Amino acid sequence: MTKVLPFNLSWRFVRVWQRNLVVYRRIWLVNFFVPLLEPLLYLAAFGIGLSALVGTISFEGRELSYTAFIAPALLAITIMYNAFFENTYASFVRMYYQKTFDAMLATPLSLDEVITGEIIWGATKSLIATAIMLAVISLFGLVRYPHGLLILPLAFLGGIAFGSVGMVFTGTLPSIDMFNLPIFLFISPMFLFSGTFFPIDGLPVWVQHLAIAFPLTHLVTLTRHLCLGMFGTHLLWGVGYLFLFSLVFYPLALLTMRKRLIH
Amino acid sequence: MPPLVHDIILTRQQCAAWIIFWRKHAAMPNPARYIVEARNLTKQFGEFVAVRNISFHLLRGECLGLLGPNGAGKTSTIRMLYGFSPMTGGTLRVFGIDMRTGWRAIRFGIGVCQQENNLDPDLTVLQNLEVFARYFDIPTKSAREKADRLLRFIALENRKNDKVTTLSGGMMRRVVLARALINDPELLILDEPTTGLDPQSRHQVWERLEELRSRGLSILLTTHNMDEAERLCDRLIIMDHGRILVQGKPSQLIREYAGRDVVEVVEPSPEFRSHVKSLNLMHDNLDHRIIIYGQEGDRIFEKMTGEYCRDNCIRRMATLEDVFLRLTGRELRE
Repeated sequence: MTKVLPFNLSWRFVRVWQRNLVVYRRIWLVNFFVPLLEPLLYLAAFGIGLSALVGTISFEGRELSYTAFIAPALLAITIMYNAFFENTYASFVRMYYQKTFDAMLATPLSLDEVITGEIIWGATKSLIATAIMLAVISLFGLVRYPHGLLILPLAFLGGIAFGSVGMVFTGTLPSIDMFNLPIFLFISPMFLFSGTFFPIDGLPVWVQHLAIAFPLTHLVTLTRHLCLGMFGTHLLWGVGYLFLFSLVFYPLALLTMRKRLIH
Repeated sequence: MPPLVHDIILTRQQCAAWIIFWRKHAAMPNPARYIVEARNLTKQFGEFVAVRNISFHLLRGECLGLLGPNGAGKTSTIRMLYGFSPMTGGTLRVFGIDMRTGWRAIRFGIGVCQQENNLDPDLTVLQNLEVFARYFDIPTKSAREKADRLLRFIALENRKNDKVTTLSGGMMRRVVLARALINDPELLILDEPTTGLDPQSRHQVWERLEELRSRGLSILLTTHNMDEAERLCDRLIIMDHGRILVQGKPSQLIREYAGRDVVEVVEPSPEFRSHVKSLNLMHDNLDHRIIIYGQEGDRIFEKMTGEYCRDNCIRRMATLEDVFLRLTGRELRE
């Protein structure tokens, strides 16, 4: 019988985080390149190409240019992608092909610490990418400060939420090709229907209900409000949801990885 | 609570880690006589019993070899020994510390070479060692010193800034060994350290291990290579089907289970086969050969050659491989 509780956790997860940082710094240029150029690409395509067709979008009583509408969504998507892909493909490669976790488990690290280090690292990647992207978007005058700075801690929280759920898939899916499935069923629908490129109010009611369950919907709402410098206590619901989501999926990630790796 | 009092109240794990630290730095002998003490160790995967109730020990400064065919339970045993796999039953003490409660403290004192080359392909040789040192709380500066010393030890200092993916199999194996030594372990655990290496690399690794042995490091290794077991190990355990079949010194096992001189006869005649049977000698009757194990002074070769042998007789020393095959059988294990 494997022991389920309590979790074997200490500050040592930082060691795993540091290991990933060493690797990240080796190819930092590539890592910086994507969040630097991606928003330019999107803003060019949607902002210039599509905004002529769309015109303005009304959001909470304000008329927004289409660029101003989607820029915060790009930040939210970056948060989701960085953590989710780090803790699915990259973690899977380390676990399955490189046997990095096996090597770590011959040192004073516990599996819970290894996985926690991986998830915190995924959130850190979200944070770094978001910071770079935020700087780029700010150049276009699309972010109000100081409110916009709150997007940084939000990126970390969102990173933990999406990284944890990614890690649950890493702990359960038998092969790396199978990640197409959660991406198709989970990531792509969120990418499209979380109020990212159009408001969800226009959608059928049942889709709206579904969208409320998506963590990305809450993340987009939060980044959009913060970029526009709009505060309100109702934003706490979104933060609470992301917390709750992490609180469910982070322990689940530890459990599935234990089941997978500890024999 | 005043901070001082608060500071000296330690958890059990911290205590154990502290004891190891103190022993090492005060150069005190470890009061535990056994580096490893396993009692009725059992490992079960569902219905399948990989390790059945085995008991053994490893003395300080000893090199203990674990032999057995594939699926005998060697790796399962070793994985319990460094706290990778939880044990299903029994007790296990390493450095006198109970594995169930003190696994973390134990791991501070162990170096492990796992079966796969699981070096970090994203990193250079030196970074591999430095990153690993951090897992053991070794400060950056002394990690660098240790890494440099170990790279000299494995004769790879000129490759330290290369990515590990550019190294040959033998070099990687040596880096894995160096990595396992980064924490100055008291016990080195090696799971098939030379499998898949060419003879040159194998001998390189053996020489390094002999050097470590002469420095008094306690070593536990599994292997399929009988030369390796005989050359490196003070004592051997032969396992099969999760059980310990025999344990003892290599020379003693050979004398006991394969005798001294061996006569192998290729394509023996039926009369010869029945003759050997009638003599009541220790022997194995195979499809195309008969192997006779002679005891000291019984002059079997002289007895055999005159009557039955032409050029199909070979006389040789009994080896560990004879012992191994006699005890674990000759059927294929897959």
